[in-house]
Amino acid sequence: MTETNKAETKPEALVISGLDCFYGEVQVLYGLDLVLNKGEVLCLFGRNGAGKTTTLKAIMGLVPVRAGSIRLDGQELTGLPAHEVPKAGVAYVPQGRRLFAEMTVAENIEIGLMARGKGKATRENVLNLFPLLRQRLRQRSGTLSGGEQQMLAMARALCLEPRVLLLDEPTEGLMPSMIARIRETVAKLRGMGVSTILVEQRVDAVLSVADRVCFIENGRNRETVDVEQLRADPSAVRRYVGVG
Amino acid sequence: MAFGPHLLLAALEGLVTSAVLALTALGLSLVFGVMRVVNVAHGEFFMLGAVLAWAITTAIGGHPALGFLAALVIAPLIVGAIALVAEQLVLRRLNYNPEATIVATIGMLYIIQQLALTFYGPEARPVEPPFSYRILLPWFGYSGYKLSVIAASALLLVATWLVLTRTKIGLVMRATQYDSETAQAFGIPVDRVYGGVFALGAMLAAVAAVLIVPISQAHYLMGQDPLLLSFIVVIIGGLGSLRGTVVAAVLIGLSDGIISMFFSPTLAKIIATLLVAMVLVFRPQGLFGTASR
Repeated sequence: MTETNKAETKPEALVISGLDCFYGEVQVLYGLDLVLNKGEVLCLFGRNGAGKTTTLKAIMGLVPVRAGSIRLDGQELTGLPAHEVPKAGVAYVPQGRRLFAEMTVAENIEIGLMARGKGKATRENVLNLFPLLRQRLRQRSGTLSGGEQQMLAMARALCLEPRVLLLDEPTEGLMPSMIARIRETVAKLRGMGVSTILVEQRVDAVLSVADRVCFIENGRNRETVDVEQLRADPSAVRRYVGVG
Repeated sequence: MAFGPHLLLAALEGLVTSAVLALTALGLSLVFGVMRVVNVAHGEFFMLGAVLAWAITTAIGGHPALGFLAALVIAPLIVGAIALVAEQLVLRRLNYNPEATIVATIGMLYIIQQLALTFYGPEARPVEPPFSYRILLPWFGYSGYKLSVIAASALLLVATWLVLTRTKIGLVMRATQYDSETAQAFGIPVDRVYGGVFALGAMLAAVAAVLIVPISQAHYLMGQDPLLLSFIVVIIGGLGSLRGTVVAAVLIGLSDGIISMFFSPTLAKIIATLLVAMVLVFRPQGLFGTASR
């Protein structure tokens, strides 16, 4: 594991070590290690099929873990049934948003609140973060625009008041003005001290919001670097993703 | 009897069929909608409801209403418990695989049917209606009990609709139906929801059977017709659509009642089957179903 000095001084929110995951007989993750520190945005960066989404699904218990451990504040998550993981305090914004599209905005938010038994106060905080959703509460969520759907997916996850937030390509397929707003929201959440793992494929998105970046390749975490280091020397990006 | 009153009588008979059919088909539709399991044993849960209603009313004795009310509560609970056990022992172990569960529920059909034959026997046995009040219309007298079956069914359908749309249980069921993986990511115990839905589906069939048994008697093979008709209703109405199920049940029940009385029951079945074929060709998702995602 490549740890920087700065990171070691912070407490760890989530620690993954030696993670092996399979889809059927095909191995996707090979002893993956990573550490998410409290209050930071850690970006998983890598090509399609490198294992970024699988890592998030493994944390959520949606993909079976063959070996290794995932610890949330010291609590082992790998043995838990999938529906207990969110109750422990991990919230997930899946790729493609995966809203309950036939339900209203309010109902999607209600499902988020139910996960950890949160009430009106949480609902208000979340709606204050995404004021746009407040006007759309009774609208079917499938009829929202792409950016609004992404906001709802994040709002639904934040209803858990999570200790760790997993964001899988939140800016995928959105227009530039929406991408900027989603990025602002991620920055705002970091300001509020939410520990976030962010899966991204766009370098510019990573550089503006992340604290540290993990380069994922062939199911392994090749290197973890501070984002300042990356700004100064972006060669790593080219090495792992082939674009700069 | 003149044509008008004759038509009214046929329509009333059709509505009784519709009422029972809507409840039974709703159970089948819920199980398929939420779990993606085609429950071929659904008709046997219906039969169990009727057989248990006979057993309970016989055991209790006294005024018929007493035994009937007890059956109306206890029989669905027992059937629901049996369905829950079957779900845990069989369907859960098959991981709800769509093909495997069809074969498994065919097996369950025969096991339940043969157990009923062994312990209940091959006879058709009547259950006394809770009351025998006849409503006198200007043209003919009509069984008050049959009208109460229609009312009870309507009440249960409205209650189910309220549970599905207005309660947290309904929200959890709809979330599981729409996307079970994401539901899990929000703390919904999908396995437990599946167990509950399977039991609920069986209980709806059992309630329908208890309601109809004072009219049609309990028999160990009585589950076959409701199963076929439920499939017809669910295909026409659209899988997973409560409104479609009710509309299709009323349509099939009414046409069955009216065509049977004026022409022949065979013609009624022919038309219903033809309707299914037409729906499958021109609107495979059903009248009220949404196209697959």
